[in-house]
Amino acid sequence: MTDQSGTSLAPALEMRGITKRYPGVVANDRISLEVRPGEIHALLGENGAGKTTLMNVLYGLARPDEGQILLDGQPIRIAGPSDAIARGINMVHQHFMLVPVLSVADNILLGEETMANRVFLDRREAHRRIVELGRRFGFEIDPEAKVGSLSVGWQQRVEILKALYRNARILVLDEPTAVLTPQETDEIFAVLRRLAGEGHSIVFISHKLYEVLAIADRITVIRRGRVVGERRPAETNEDDLAELMVGREVQLTVDRGTSHPGATVLRVSGLEATDDRGHPAVKGVDLDVRAGEIFGIAGVAGNGQDELVESIIGLRRPAAGTVTLDGADMTGHSPRDMNEAAVAYVPADRHRFGLIRSFTLADNLVLTSYYRRPYARGVLRDGEAIQRDAVSAIERFDIRTPSPTVTAGTLSGGNQQKAVVAREFDRDLKLLVLDQPTRGLDVGSIEFIHRQVIAKRDAGTAVLLVSAELDEVLEMSDRIGVMYGGRIVAVVDGRTADKNEVGLLMATGGSQRGAVAPVEAAS
Amino acid sequence: MSGSAAPGSSPVRPSAGLAARTWSVVAVPLVVTVLSVLLGAVIMLFSELLVPGHPFDWGLPLTAYGALVNGAVGRPEAIVSTLVYSTPLVFGGLAVGFGFKAGLFNIGAQGQFLVGALGAVMAGVALANAPAPIAITLAAIAGLVAGGIWGFIPGFLKAVSGAHEVVSTIMMNYIAVQLLAALVSGPLKVPRSPSPVTFDVGNAAFPIILGPNGHLGILLAVIAALFVWWLLYRTTWGFEIRSVGANRDAARYAGMRPKLITVATMTFSGCLAGLAGTSVLLGVTHTMTSSFGTTVGFDSIAVALLARSNPLVIVPAAVLFGGMRAGAGLMQIKAQIPVELVDVLQATILLFLVTSPVLRRVLRVSSPGAGQPGEDLGVASVDAQAAAI
Repeated sequence: MTDQSGTSLAPALEMRGITKRYPGVVANDRISLEVRPGEIHALLGENGAGKTTLMNVLYGLARPDEGQILLDGQPIRIAGPSDAIARGINMVHQHFMLVPVLSVADNILLGEETMANRVFLDRREAHRRIVELGRRFGFEIDPEAKVGSLSVGWQQRVEILKALYRNARILVLDEPTAVLTPQETDEIFAVLRRLAGEGHSIVFISHKLYEVLAIADRITVIRRGRVVGERRPAETNEDDLAELMVGREVQLTVDRGTSHPGATVLRVSGLEATDDRGHPAVKGVDLDVRAGEIFGIAGVAGNGQDELVESIIGLRRPAAGTVTLDGADMTGHSPRDMNEAAVAYVPADRHRFGLIRSFTLADNLVLTSYYRRPYARGVLRDGEAIQRDAVSAIERFDIRTPSPTVTAGTLSGGNQQKAVVAREFDRDLKLLVLDQPTRGLDVGSIEFIHRQVIAKRDAGTAVLLVSAELDEVLEMSDRIGVMYGGRIVAVVDGRTADKNEVGLLMATGGSQRGAVAPVEAAS
Repeated sequence: MSGSAAPGSSPVRPSAGLAARTWSVVAVPLVVTVLSVLLGAVIMLFSELLVPGHPFDWGLPLTAYGALVNGAVGRPEAIVSTLVYSTPLVFGGLAVGFGFKAGLFNIGAQGQFLVGALGAVMAGVALANAPAPIAITLAAIAGLVAGGIWGFIPGFLKAVSGAHEVVSTIMMNYIAVQLLAALVSGPLKVPRSPSPVTFDVGNAAFPIILGPNGHLGILLAVIAALFVWWLLYRTTWGFEIRSVGANRDAARYAGMRPKLITVATMTFSGCLAGLAGTSVLLGVTHTMTSSFGTTVGFDSIAVALLARSNPLVIVPAAVLFGGMRAGAGLMQIKAQIPVELVDVLQATILLFLVTSPVLRRVLRVSSPGAGQPGEDLGVASVDAQAAAI
């Protein structure tokens, strides 16, 4: 790491005592941050800690109530994003601001047209600059490629190019790796290091500890709107950062204890299902999940996991095969039937499927039980019972919210997922189906949710866990099924499984496709 | 009713109690109405320039609005007349607003209104000599059911084939117009009558409960508004409807059945629009002519948008629009401003409403929602749809 680089240099950007209040909450409380030329400065904090607010202030999207922004030592006032860009401050958003049907060059030129003669775009010159910029930072890009046809990793590079094209000196990346595979992450890191090497300053926003340690020259940790510490990677470690970030000691690895599997609860046999376009996605899956065990499904996203889960839970009608619960055939039953049969489900995308963001937290907590006693008598809802149980769930599941009547959309991601967990876990369950239960969450929330899952397992619930995070599957599962091309190509013991071996199976499907090895992985 | 409160008074923080919540619901409609009235004044002043040799009168808008207000609420009879005009708008506004809550844009209120009236007149004529309570009840139910059928069809089409309700309900409107024309000039026509007109509904007519012409429908409209509010916010059905409207996918994942709810919502929305037609037929006209079609169905969309689909706000919104209709005649007589100015006012109200996100920012009122059971769901998308049409 370039530890001492530029310590003597004046900061390129300095934010001093930034305070931003929203009704009922201080999002930024006297936050100070300085970024030197050529520095990669990580801003680390849990979801809702105030990272995004701070960057919105920097980008002119929010006006600070107090504080000052200095660029090269000069106090400035940033009126809006175009002003920020004009001053060389550029932001790469978590959700890309690209037009998929346009080419790379068109996307980069949008709003920043290089004029040949004030009327026509000088495309040739633009293309030349784009290709040259790409080369300078270590990648070849075709300016004519349609952005929609590029992988997510390449789209991100287009976003970065867009900023560089506008002569960005300070580049802010908001959770840039949330959508990337580990390989793509490494590649982007290489690009960022080159950028820093050329004197660009980079603000890297993240809540992933290992990433921050890998890429940053300096790390500023914020918690609940305040700066709680500044570290250099050499003088810290993941545990230290996690404690700073969460405010207490955090257990980063799951203490899963011992499991005591009982009788088979869920049995899936010969299951086949098609995806939304009618193509086969699940091609004959057999699996058993026993009471008191966690069965993990590892696999690269898009290998039929979603369709498998939806077929089990009643959201998708299987083309063939059966789903039984405690021996009773539940194939093709509705989600409501499954819910009534003590099956709970945490969907992968909480915004689309798990919650109604415009509804109150209390209403979301009864989204799957609103029609039952005590929340309803006949068709009449019982508002008091709903509120009472909401208050209790908020306390027991540590959902941070001012009240049960705020809309769910105003909660942070971690608290939203805790609400889903509270709703689904808070009763006796036979089977618990979890699809990406911790995606995009901060360490504190992940730890909490993992503990809840273990508690459910110990209470005798059969748990089916699908996750694209291999580490999560490895840490949590008693048995692991590797899914590849719509089939479970191997089932391995979760305690002895080797990460590389499972990773290889995920990538290649092993040699004997479609075979279900009982315990040993096909090698 | 029209805006007496000054617009842009001090910004109120959300979650500051009932007053603030009420303000966040009524601020935009209020300001929008005031802006439209001001714009209407400007249009009137310009219109004076079009009449050659006419002495320019700065006071004309004041005279005109004075007459409009006077005609709407100046005398007890005028108030009753306003309520009569408002009644179908309450039903229609509820119909459209109820659809919005489930994420459906029922443009077909007009067709359901006509078919509802048709059902009421057919049953009413058949029961014209039956005892009044029976005749009234059955004729009203016939109107409700007829409107419901007209709403069910596009709902069903949407559920089974995904046909967009905006398209199918527009088509259903055309069918309703032609169906009405065919029946009124054919099987329902009074034999040997020179013009196409049906028999009178006789005993099935709504009794007068207020003043010279305030019929039973006024009371029914208020009851309907309370009922729809209760249904949406106090029952599990309403919860399902609002859930589907706010997030169809999440509703499905939670075990609700969005397709069924779509069909049920469109049917019930049709019933309400059918009652709008019924209230006009049994309460006002008592017979049907081939020119029965009014703009009630389309005004209802404006009412629902103005009230942001809140059933309790729909009542005053409908009274505002009804009052303009009731007072327009006097305005024309006293100020020589054509009654069509009312259409202009309603249109500008709609246009301003489309800009309501901007207005909310200017007024610093947050979108109602926090602290209040699922207010205003899907209205943003509906605004967008309205803007697109």
